[in-house]
Amino acid sequence: MSPDKMIHMANQIAAFFNTQPGGDGAEKVAAHLSDFWEERMRRQLFAHVDAGGDRLDPLVLAAVAHLRQPAGQTPDA
Amino acid sequence: MKDFIIPWDDTDFGTPAKSGAPVSLIVDGIEVTVPEGTSVMHAAAEAGIQVPKLCATDSLEAFGSCRLCVVEVEGRRGTPASCTMPVAEGMVVHTQSERVRRIRKGVMELYLSDHPSDPASCIAGRDCELHDMAAVVGLREVRYGPGDNHFQPERDGRDNPRHLPRDESNPYFTFDPAKCIVCSRCVRACDDIQGTYALTIEGRGFDSVVSAGAAGDDFLTSDCVSCGACVQACPTDALIENRVIELGVPVREVITTCAYCGVGCSFKAELNGDQLVRMVPHKGGKANRGHSCVKGRFAWGYANHRERILNPMIRDRVDEPWREVSWDEALGFAADRLERIRKEHGNKALGVITSSRCTNEETYLVQKLARAVFENNNTDTCARVCHSPTGYGLGQTFGTSAGTQDFDSVEHSDVIIVMGANPTDAHPVFASRMKKRLREGAKLIVIDPRRIDLVKSPNVRAEHHLALRPGTNVAVVTALAHVIVTEGLADEDFIRERCDWDEYLAYAEFVRDPRHSPEAIEDLTGVPAAELRAAARTFAKGGNGAIYYGLGVTEHSQGSTTVMGIANLAMLTGNIGREGVGVNPLRGQNNVQGSCDMGSFPHELPGYRHVKNPEVRGIFERLWGVEIDPEPGLRINNMLDAAVDGTFRGLYVQGEDILQSDPDTQHVAAGLAAMDCVIVHDLFLNETANYAHVFLPGSTFLEKDGTFTNAERRINMVRKVMAPRNGYADWEVTQLLANALGANWTYTHPSEIMDEVAATTPSFAGVSFDLIDRLGSVQWPCNEEHPEGTPTMHVDGFMRGKGRFMITEYLATDEKTGPRFPLLLTTGRILSQYNVGAQTRRTDNMVWHDQDVLEIHPHDAENRGIRQGDLVRLASRSGETTLRAEITDRVSPGVVYTTFHHPDTQANVVTTDFSDWATNCPEYKVTAVQVAPTNGPSEWQEDYSAHAARSRRIAPAAE
Repeated sequence: MSPDKMIHMANQIAAFFNTQPGGDGAEKVAAHLSDFWEERMRRQLFAHVDAGGDRLDPLVLAAVAHLRQPAGQTPDA
Repeated sequence: MKDFIIPWDDTDFGTPAKSGAPVSLIVDGIEVTVPEGTSVMHAAAEAGIQVPKLCATDSLEAFGSCRLCVVEVEGRRGTPASCTMPVAEGMVVHTQSERVRRIRKGVMELYLSDHPSDPASCIAGRDCELHDMAAVVGLREVRYGPGDNHFQPERDGRDNPRHLPRDESNPYFTFDPAKCIVCSRCVRACDDIQGTYALTIEGRGFDSVVSAGAAGDDFLTSDCVSCGACVQACPTDALIENRVIELGVPVREVITTCAYCGVGCSFKAELNGDQLVRMVPHKGGKANRGHSCVKGRFAWGYANHRERILNPMIRDRVDEPWREVSWDEALGFAADRLERIRKEHGNKALGVITSSRCTNEETYLVQKLARAVFENNNTDTCARVCHSPTGYGLGQTFGTSAGTQDFDSVEHSDVIIVMGANPTDAHPVFASRMKKRLREGAKLIVIDPRRIDLVKSPNVRAEHHLALRPGTNVAVVTALAHVIVTEGLADEDFIRERCDWDEYLAYAEFVRDPRHSPEAIEDLTGVPAAELRAAARTFAKGGNGAIYYGLGVTEHSQGSTTVMGIANLAMLTGNIGREGVGVNPLRGQNNVQGSCDMGSFPHELPGYRHVKNPEVRGIFERLWGVEIDPEPGLRINNMLDAAVDGTFRGLYVQGEDILQSDPDTQHVAAGLAAMDCVIVHDLFLNETANYAHVFLPGSTFLEKDGTFTNAERRINMVRKVMAPRNGYADWEVTQLLANALGANWTYTHPSEIMDEVAATTPSFAGVSFDLIDRLGSVQWPCNEEHPEGTPTMHVDGFMRGKGRFMITEYLATDEKTGPRFPLLLTTGRILSQYNVGAQTRRTDNMVWHDQDVLEIHPHDAENRGIRQGDLVRLASRSGETTLRAEITDRVSPGVVYTTFHHPDTQANVVTTDFSDWATNCPEYKVTAVQVAPTNGPSEWQEDYSAHAARSRRIAPAAE
């Protein structure tokens, strides 16, 4: 998917959890991403973070630390 | 082989059942006990005695006009009508005295003196109650000659002014005034059951005639919505289905379930041999209670439409014509392509889309194909684009995505919120049931940008209409909560007992903030603060409060958040866990509930259990003998993104037209075009099939056995009415495809598939075809604890334990208006058409809606020089299309509205790929657009129609 769309989607999730109480937003964003984002999407997110994480909400960046690295192979393009 | 014909009790008790203290009486020597308020006629029927009647039927309140049902009661003078007379303790009734028999004969004689006497003229034949009653009362001759009458076209060599021509304006039924006995059953059915008030009795005495609409109207031009209730109520053949006129009275019946919306009406399919003559709503159906709408009742002719594809087809490239081939060749071709993709690109390059129109059993097999044969979780369903936020939002707050009530519940509601739903168009039979309750005095609050029919229609007025600006749902819902909390209207006893109190305190502090007050958000939402406050008070203080909502809630960037906000409102006011209250998602398609239950989502196995849970995977792994992928799969929109990226290359789509129904058509087309193998399994060459390599012909709901689950979680039986014209039921086709890939499945009947669901899924543990046959239908959860199902959820506690209040902060969508796109487009449905229209466009329903139109406010139209009916260009950041303008103040200034039933308009060319934050449910309901007059179709429309024509070519069979 386009980087813009991926960044937009990740930031939308962060925007919701930024409004939630409890101070565990990063864990919750990470849990949401593991539960609902297929590994290709998570891998794309990791790659973007590794490249500097441009335009990502700080909560997404914090969440990545809690996120499982997707295992398994990526389908070849 | 199961018996197709299920016995049921079709007794007409004459007047409706009542509830009340028991009253005993004696009818013709038989003692019978009935509830207080019951009519003598109904009591007699309970005792097995049918009192002759014409104007009475138990779907309608007694009217007392025909005088055929007179009886004698000991100790009372005269001969009262048994339909209008309530029972009294100790009453002694005689239904067959010499006196009443004489009266009845006289009454019948008068009726027949103004009715054609030629038996061949009676179309209804054995269905004609008038002739039945003549036989029952023993009338042998009519002494009166044909004097002044309504049935002879000519009298004394001149036109008979009383004889009115047949009204054949409706495509599905005919009204012949010559056959009418003016019993008013049709008028009462239209008023009391359907709630449309389209019919009336014109004139008085002998001049009385049934009339549709105002003077000069016929059935088609009147307000008639063609629900068929009048036709069903008519005791003669004055109102009768054209199919019966054409084919004769049917003699065989099979009870089945409608395949249109999420109401899931039960129907009697009435046949001669294997020819379906008509569909009549089934009185025993618990969702519809004997009512229907124009779609289920009449719009099923698509099953025999000439465009239906009956043979499998393949092609190497999508720019080639289709080639008709044998099933073996088509399945072999598909299997080869899928295997090649798997070998070259890995198993995650494959996926499926299950259908919310197919049966539970078929859906279960399609997701099983992904999980057990493709060995991934790339399965999704059209619920993604409608109610996925319901799944997430209610799951977070209540612990389950299930709607909380049954439809009967509305009969106990005192205040009803309808938010982002248009039930009279999209869930018409439920709307009729709701309107009945509203006429009894329940209050209505409509939250919708558009003035839907419920806001103001005959004898129904919304107490409050909060006409909010599209995209501001969360702000409005939070402001309602603000009023309830700050004005001390919260039901704290309920909250303390049933919800997490600390979470409530945090939530209360959040909503209390003045920035959530109606005054603070008025400019944003466009809803007057006083009106919003009044609505909140009405809901919180009005007694049983029920919330019904639809896609106007879910299809937003904050869809899931609004669902949580709705759940908050219900908990806040204690409106959960009993009849008359609750949170009720109105599901779009017939089996969208079921397709979700069956594990169609890429993160959930059947029964809403996440694939990450090893114990759940274990259940299926042991049964299926494969390892289940613990990672969530791709959602529909993610599949298309991955396809464009080149990592997703093969898709099996059963019964869904993603090209037309999903947002941002050009992106969907690009995704489909990038794949190596698209298998479309459908009735017609739909829009998606333009990009398909394999077409597998599908079967209609009339041609297979299985179950659908409606919006009430009610599992209804779908019964095979005729053999599949394409050769196989859809579950068989999926099994053939799986087996072509080496799966070795051996199901011989859908009941075996349901048995597998029951064995693996706790909420379905007690479900079987035998149980459904026995009970008629069952609402899940159905298990040891609830052996006959669960009409109301969360009765003793929430599914998750304590109800959980969620913070619902309004966040503006990124789809914003500006100078280039100053208007907001929102989309919806119309009564006569269904979804992408693949079925309804292939029926006579086209007379009501032959094209999508753009509703625009007079102010916005005038600014742009647009007149009624002008062709206009509708453009957004995603694309543009053209359609005709309908100038109306139903929409507010700044808002335009259209439907998405016609592929040549294709509203989804315009919608964007923004989506719900939690579920990726597309934001169909908010698109910034511009509208301008134009001369012709957009470039996209021209290209599309040329491409579609090219893609649909079928090569002539080789000689």
